[in-house]
Amino acid sequence: MAALAFVELEEGQAKKSSLEAVSYASEVEGSVTAISFGQMADGELDKIGAAGASKVLHVTDEKLATPNIMAYASAISEAMNKEGSNLLVLAKSSLGDPVAARVAIKTNAAMATNVTELPDTSDGFKVKCSIYTGKAFAITRLSSEKKILGLKKNAISIKEDGGTAEVEAFSPATDDGDFKVQVTNREKATGEILLPEADLVVSGGRGLKGPENWGMIEELAKAIGAATGCSKPVSDMEWRPHHEHVGQTGVKVSPSLYIAVGISGAIQHLAGVNSSKCILVINKDEEAPFFKAADYGVVGDAFEIVPKLTEAIKAQQG
Amino acid sequence: MKILVCITHVPDTTSKISFTDGNTKFDKTGVQYIIGPYDDYALARAVELKEQHGGSITVLNVGEAETEPTIRKALAIGADEAIRVNAFPSDAFFVAKQIASVAKEGAYDLILMGRESIDFNGGQVHSMVGELMGLPSVSPVMVLDIEGSTAKIQREIEGGKEFMELDMPFIAGCQEPIAEWKIPNMRGIMSARSKPLQVVDPTDDGVQADVEVFELPPAKEAVKLVDPENLDELVNLLKNEAKVL
Ligand SMILES: Cc1cc2nc3c(=O)[nH]c(=O)nc-3n(C[C@H](O)[C@H](O)[C@H](O)COP(=O)(O)OP(=O)(O)OC[C@H]3O[C@@H](n4cnc5c(N)ncnc54)[C@H](O)[C@@H]3O)c2cc1C
Ligand SMILES: Nc1ncnc2c1ncn2[C@@H]1O[C@H](COP(=O)(O)O)[C@@H](O)[C@H]1O
Repeated sequence: MAALAFVELEEGQAKKSSLEAVSYASEVEGSVTAISFGQMADGELDKIGAAGASKVLHVTDEKLATPNIMAYASAISEAMNKEGSNLLVLAKSSLGDPVAARVAIKTNAAMATNVTELPDTSDGFKVKCSIYTGKAFAITRLSSEKKILGLKKNAISIKEDGGTAEVEAFSPATDDGDFKVQVTNREKATGEILLPEADLVVSGGRGLKGPENWGMIEELAKAIGAATGCSKPVSDMEWRPHHEHVGQTGVKVSPSLYIAVGISGAIQHLAGVNSSKCILVINKDEEAPFFKAADYGVVGDAFEIVPKLTEAIKAQQG
Repeated sequence: MKILVCITHVPDTTSKISFTDGNTKFDKTGVQYIIGPYDDYALARAVELKEQHGGSITVLNVGEAETEPTIRKALAIGADEAIRVNAFPSDAFFVAKQIASVAKEGAYDLILMGRESIDFNGGQVHSMVGELMGLPSVSPVMVLDIEGSTAKIQREIEGGKEFMELDMPFIAGCQEPIAEWKIPNMRGIMSARSKPLQVVDPTDDGVQADVEVFELPPAKEAVKLVDPENLDELVNLLKNEAKVL
């Protein structure tokens, strides 16, 4: 019996958060089978193996090459049956969430999402889930035999010494009913570090005055390899695209480092960043509420501080 | 067009979260309840679609009697009638079963929800209802237009968007900028009082994920302020103390 981990491929590469899911499954269950759809780049199999999977069910069916929620849910349920898996682990995402919820119904599994730690199995099976948009946690007992866990980013670190994985071609049964939704187009920023996956994030707020001032934010982000984010008014005014908006009603991030520039730290913004490991706030108002949620702070004018910080970082990188 | 809008009754986004009874119950003291912000977008879009295409809007909440003021607010914003499934919404699976059972009865053309509830943030109920009813579900939806029996949709994905087309009926989990939140006016508030609010019993009580105890995050230590003239020190702290660079 192996746990199943759904590994999302992004331009052929396993998503980092999916590798976390593989490592998580291997910590819980020992033996892990991964399932992936579409083209896989060279070297990815090694990464998935190192993360803890001994086998990858690889679906190469042309019809399933692009993400399809209903069809992936059917395929994953079939794979769970085939592998005798009682545990499915996946990363939270715009694909993982709906797929997981559908598999839960198909397989009659108990589901927990926003899981932040390994389970406590000393008395049944309990997981810690982030709730109230990061303001609290719920210790949740899953009582069914089958279980599905949706992981929050950074719930576990990725193993690098798991082993090697073999590929097994898998062609799941497809049902016409699963192809009712027609994706006519997909627009995706390419070459950027995706915000929900990013380990480092630099965000700007209304304090930056206008979209023309984002150059220094991008420079800083580039210097450290971070994704860029923003506050809600900034995306409302279309200074930045909607998918960069962080907070209660936007993307929830949990990076190692979140740098907030010219953001006041309204409770709805904090809700999206409060599971960051470390927060640095740059704001000219020392009373800005964000400082209460920060680990490090610089009080001053962002237009002076940000370029100087970028220089200081570059200097120390040598 | 018959539209069903599923709404949650949740603490206001500025609420301080705390628990009582040995951390087993949410502390409602001083907490103001609202329609879930994403559900509010769903409702606002439903009102616009009704204006364009005619039809009716039913709002549905799975909750105990305390949620009725929130349901009345949805009626004041523009829903025509309401259904409350009289049960505590214990987990997504249970809620989804209740919604699917009401929805099957009503033969709705469109079922609108929020992308997620802001208490448990599951983002699961729409997909579960979809699976239970054998219908597609799409979330988070930023644009939803109806032409004849077909919908044109934009869904947000990581770093971009997806454009899709599908036939009704289906389920959509909504988010901004699908519509502007609507504020009830005086006439809405008056008429909401006499609109029908039907209370029905839950179908069964299969709960699979049970919260045993709640926890609050550890208190944050005071911020370390660094002199703007000494940013090398900041880089040093990020590298060697926090170990995040
Ligand atoms: C239901 C609801 C949901 C919401 N969801 C979200 C959400 O998901 N995400 C979100 O971000 N907001 C959300 N909001 C909005 C939120 O309440 C705040 O209005 C918003 O976060 C403020 O954005 P800001 O900090 O960029 O702007 P402001 O509050 O205007 O703050 C600007 C900051 O920049 C500082 N500043 C100005 N000039 C400089 C300078 N030269 N150098 C340095 N600092 C400077 C100022 O001191 C100030 O602190 C929501 C609101 C509601 C009601
Ligand atoms: N108790 C409930 N009553 C009615 N609708 C609900 C309830 N819980 C969740 N929903 C709907 O399902 C959506 C997603 O919720 P969730 O899966 O809990 O994040 C919400 O935005 C609502 O539209």
